[in-house]
Amino acid sequence: MQDTTIIKPYLRLSGLEPLIVRPETNFINVGERTNVTGSKKFARLIKENKYEEALSVARQQVENGAQVLDVNMDDALLEGVQAMTTFLNLVQSEPDIAKIPIMIDSSKFEIIEAGLKCVQGKCIVNSISMKEGEAKFIEQAFTCQSYGASVIVMAFDEKGQADTKQRKVEICHRAYKILTEQVGYDPQDIIFDPNIFAIATGLEEHNNYGVDFIEATKEIKQLMPLTKVSGGVSNLSFGFRGNDHVREAMNSVFLYYAIKAGMDMGIVNAGQLVVYDEIEPVLKKLCEDVILNRNNDNNEATEKLIIFAETVKAKGKENVKDEAWRDSSVEERLKHSLVNGITDYIDTDTEEARQKYPKPLDVIEGPLMAGMDVVGDLFGSGKMFLPQVVKSARVMKKSVAILTPYIEAEKELRKQAHLAAGTVNKEAAGAAKILLATVKGDVHDIGKNIVGVVLGCNGYDIVDLGVMVPTDKILDTAEKEKADIIGLSGLITPSLDEMVHVAHEMKRRGMKQPLLIGGATTSRMHTAVKIAPQYDNGVVHVLDASRSVTVAGSLLNAEQKPELLNSIKTEYIKLAEDFANKKTTKQYLSLAEAQNNKLKIDWSNYIPPVPGFTGTKAFNNHSLEEIREYIDWQPFFIAWEMHGKFPQILTDGVVGTEATKLYNDANALLDKLVAEKWLTAQGVIGFWEASATAADTIEVRGLKSEVRLESLRQQIKKAPGQPNLSLTDFIKPVPTPGSRLLTLDYIGAFSVTIHGIEDHIKKFEAAHDDYNKITLQALADRFAEAFAELLHKKVRTEYWGYIKDENLSNEDLIKEQYVGIRPAPGYPACPDHTEKYKLFDLLGGKENTGITLTESLAMYPASSVCGWYFSHPQSQYFGVGKIQQDQLEDYTKRKGMNKEEMTRWLRPVLE
Amino acid sequence: MDIRQELEKRILIIDGAMGTMIQQYKLAEADYRGERFKDWPSDVKGNNDLLNITQPHIITEIHKKYLDAGADIIETNTFSSTVIAMADYGMQSLAYELNVAAAKCAREAIKQSGKVAWVAGAIGPLNKTLSLSPDVNNPGFRAVTFDEVVAAYYEQVKGLVDGGVDILLIETIFDTLNAKAAIFAIKKYFRDTQKESLPIMISGTITDASGRTLSGQTLEAFYTSIMHARPLSVGLNCALGAKEMRPHIEELSQIASCYVSAYPNAGLPNAMGEYDENPEDTGHYLEEWAKEGFVNIVGGCCGTTPDHIKHIADHVKNIKPRQLPIVEKELV
Repeated sequence: MQDTTIIKPYLRLSGLEPLIVRPETNFINVGERTNVTGSKKFARLIKENKYEEALSVARQQVENGAQVLDVNMDDALLEGVQAMTTFLNLVQSEPDIAKIPIMIDSSKFEIIEAGLKCVQGKCIVNSISMKEGEAKFIEQAFTCQSYGASVIVMAFDEKGQADTKQRKVEICHRAYKILTEQVGYDPQDIIFDPNIFAIATGLEEHNNYGVDFIEATKEIKQLMPLTKVSGGVSNLSFGFRGNDHVREAMNSVFLYYAIKAGMDMGIVNAGQLVVYDEIEPVLKKLCEDVILNRNNDNNEATEKLIIFAETVKAKGKENVKDEAWRDSSVEERLKHSLVNGITDYIDTDTEEARQKYPKPLDVIEGPLMAGMDVVGDLFGSGKMFLPQVVKSARVMKKSVAILTPYIEAEKELRKQAHLAAGTVNKEAAGAAKILLATVKGDVHDIGKNIVGVVLGCNGYDIVDLGVMVPTDKILDTAEKEKADIIGLSGLITPSLDEMVHVAHEMKRRGMKQPLLIGGATTSRMHTAVKIAPQYDNGVVHVLDASRSVTVAGSLLNAEQKPELLNSIKTEYIKLAEDFANKKTTKQYLSLAEAQNNKLKIDWSNYIPPVPGFTGTKAFNNHSLEEIREYIDWQPFFIAWEMHGKFPQILTDGVVGTEATKLYNDANALLDKLVAEKWLTAQGVIGFWEASATAADTIEVRGLKSEVRLESLRQQIKKAPGQPNLSLTDFIKPVPTPGSRLLTLDYIGAFSVTIHGIEDHIKKFEAAHDDYNKITLQALADRFAEAFAELLHKKVRTEYWGYIKDENLSNEDLIKEQYVGIRPAPGYPACPDHTEKYKLFDLLGGKENTGITLTESLAMYPASSVCGWYFSHPQSQYFGVGKIQQDQLEDYTKRKGMNKEEMTRWLRPVLE
Repeated sequence: MDIRQELEKRILIIDGAMGTMIQQYKLAEADYRGERFKDWPSDVKGNNDLLNITQPHIITEIHKKYLDAGADIIETNTFSSTVIAMADYGMQSLAYELNVAAAKCAREAIKQSGKVAWVAGAIGPLNKTLSLSPDVNNPGFRAVTFDEVVAAYYEQVKGLVDGGVDILLIETIFDTLNAKAAIFAIKKYFRDTQKESLPIMISGTITDASGRTLSGQTLEAFYTSIMHARPLSVGLNCALGAKEMRPHIEELSQIASCYVSAYPNAGLPNAMGEYDENPEDTGHYLEEWAKEGFVNIVGGCCGTTPDHIKHIADHVKNIKPRQLPIVEKELV
């Protein structure tokens, strides 16, 4: 059962936080010091373009309890629109100020409108009136309403400003009717300013102004109860300017009575309001007389107040502010300033810390970073939010700016010392350069900016490429600028893939810089599983800006770098393993569900490419010279337990010398075995008509007896939109008779083998030459793989010919960037080794292939490769992963084998 | 049919993610370009809004899937169809046309489905913000002006209205000032053209654990700042999954004088950046909100699919919608 919610007609305003004016809400203080007409100091700061300091005036107002901030830039010497815009934009970046609503105060409507364009919260416009007639008033009110602002209506009409109670009430009521009936304003969004004029000026006609205001307020609130009444309080005591003591008392006493009459808010100097009860009785009585116009015949009350005023010195009252934190240690003070984004004391505190610590850098690495850690923690737990963090970073920057000259001077000293001693100065190269970018497709950069500031604060030279930066631009710039570290950022999910791509490209380009990964969607896990494996020269996920400093520091330190990268690598490998293991506990689909979620290729408009022949074609004694071009060297080095990317491994700092030696020896041996024809390469390819006849069955056609190839399907539950793959998905189903495209699909197969290794192995063994024996074995394996690569290329471009203009480098081939696939039975996409029987039968058995299958279905000679060819552009390599009992049973049935035997063969993919 | 009448009767369903669905088509650069933009000088892959022109059948098909799954309100594929957002692809001149085309795709899908449904013209947040400086060293700097934003949204609104939308939906608001510029543009458009105003739906985004918008506002401050739009509904979408969004929707249901909408993401992205909340789970979360009387319009954002929408629709179909609060006109 729902209770019906009731929404009251209260005035609701907002900055970063809401302000609701309820009947029980006390008087709303509107801060007035950010008003160039009322505050000389503020006016001077704005004129001198000292906006930073001007902000501290605003902050002081808030700290002193202002609930709304009045901002006024009406000065003949100021470009009002521009000053209003600049100041309000700055205010928006100061959360401790922007939390309260803004009152945009100007007598020029264009300045008001400029202000409204800068503030996200619900503002108050101060003010509009009917002084230029109804039409203008209505137009301005419409505009204010379009910005969602409440309005202060000044009691001012074509005839002038209302001074008597009666005129005040009349004008306000007329404006009320127009706003609510013609413009569509809610009554609670209308605030009246019935004009507070100066009293006790010596002119008798001014003496009743206080009373007129108070009485008018009472009547307005009776007549229009939802509206609010406001006023500029300090006008009242204008006659006593220079005597703050009396002015404050007058203002407080006036407010006391006006609030009782219904005044809701007022523009006051929040820091300079005395408490009514604490005003000395004599002064209070005098104030009451002038305000309420009592005992004031012949200005009697006024005269008495003037006499009193002359007796009191204008005692400047000190600002009371919680400064207790100033008494703590310099570390605590720095932390306080960082957490609260206070720049006021950062200069002196930094200087104090600099003198306390042995080195200026210690201040950064010690108390400043400690403070930023606290900021990071608070942010992480939702106790600080972004704009505050940005502010903290700015405080940090200021502090570092003070320390930088000292750091530079120290460097210079060391440089001179080096010069004198004739040693090498590694610092001479200048600050380390860090390149930052938000990856292509992503526009989020706040986090990246913070990292940039924090790193910049730590003396790094930051090259920030901004947002939506394509990979090429990032890497080109990194090379051009000789960046020492590359940092990527992103907030949205697709950015993760883009980061993988950047890492991949860095590897392809053979880059050396470490890669930092950061941003809201990134994770250590994703970095470990997806990004780190793409790039070998260091990928580090950086949790937050403060951690980026230590990480960058270690990465740029020749001693710490290998240590850090090694420990991270170990950690990531562990994470990746955990991830892989965890996957097995994931949910699985039933076989039927998985089949339902197959890769849905649109076959209706697809015409399968026709191979140049069907049946088989043999390649006996193929040119070793040609095959050699296709060798992928990386696995060769891995066979020697040397891990690293080829050819970079040849120049690697640690294993480079050994790798080069090995490479040269291998090539020498290659030269020899090619020249002396030690080995012979034998290969077979074949193509046959084929159709998918069931979810996981491919029928090979046009043979004497039917051959059915059975495939296994992924059963792990995929993310929405991701198919559960099976090789059968890549073959066109049997065309239905009468359908437009009756053409059949094709499947291909191949095997290659390298003969002749045994005699030479025996020779090396006899000579106890293990080195050349292993090299030869590894080379033979490479030859087989290279031959498979070569044949596949010929198949794509020539024999099947579905790609006529392929232009891929050997490197691209190694990265499997070709169209179509050649998965091998026993490997992830088709883990059942027993399908190899069918493959070898199709290819013509031992006679054609030169390969025998062992009992465990290994191929002999050992340097052999076989596989299927699929040509569809959407065919892809994948791993079947773990399968469930239902698929095991179904598969066993399809294969016509007994379950025990099938289980034995499929053990690796069973849970 | 007037949507207000229907909102009184039942909880309406808004559709799920467009981007997630487009991803499934695995479109290549050439598909995005189509014939018309085959020689366009920059990459356009990823410009999903462009598909309104180059692959309208795909967009219509996705809308249709959501309608079949039970959506009553479908959002046009116009999240970035503004002169400002399109600048990323140099396609500023297409902004108006994209909106018209998108609205037509949505209309066509409704026609094909044969059901009663409403098209909400989606007005996204822009890639430039009015309250935040992109330059930390210069917090007063703004990458764009209010007037530029108003002009961009004005053109978008014109396109959406010309294309035939029923509702205007300002969504994924992370900077309230951008939303205020959109409201300003809408008000201006209907005043300028003297056309009857379309209902406005407003949907903000609470970005993180602080419970605030990216521009730093609390939920109530946000609502207060956009009340003047007199929206048909106010709500939240994106950034959070249903689990994390619940307290905010609860709060909104207490303070909003209009209808309340909610279309969360399919959970939070996992370590791989994928949304993997089961449709069933999403359905359960939203059912609970409906039972608590928090919502009038529900659906999904990032990572949700027609399957999620179907589950959501099934789960809330027999639950009474949130009652509109009584808005008092005087102080008692």
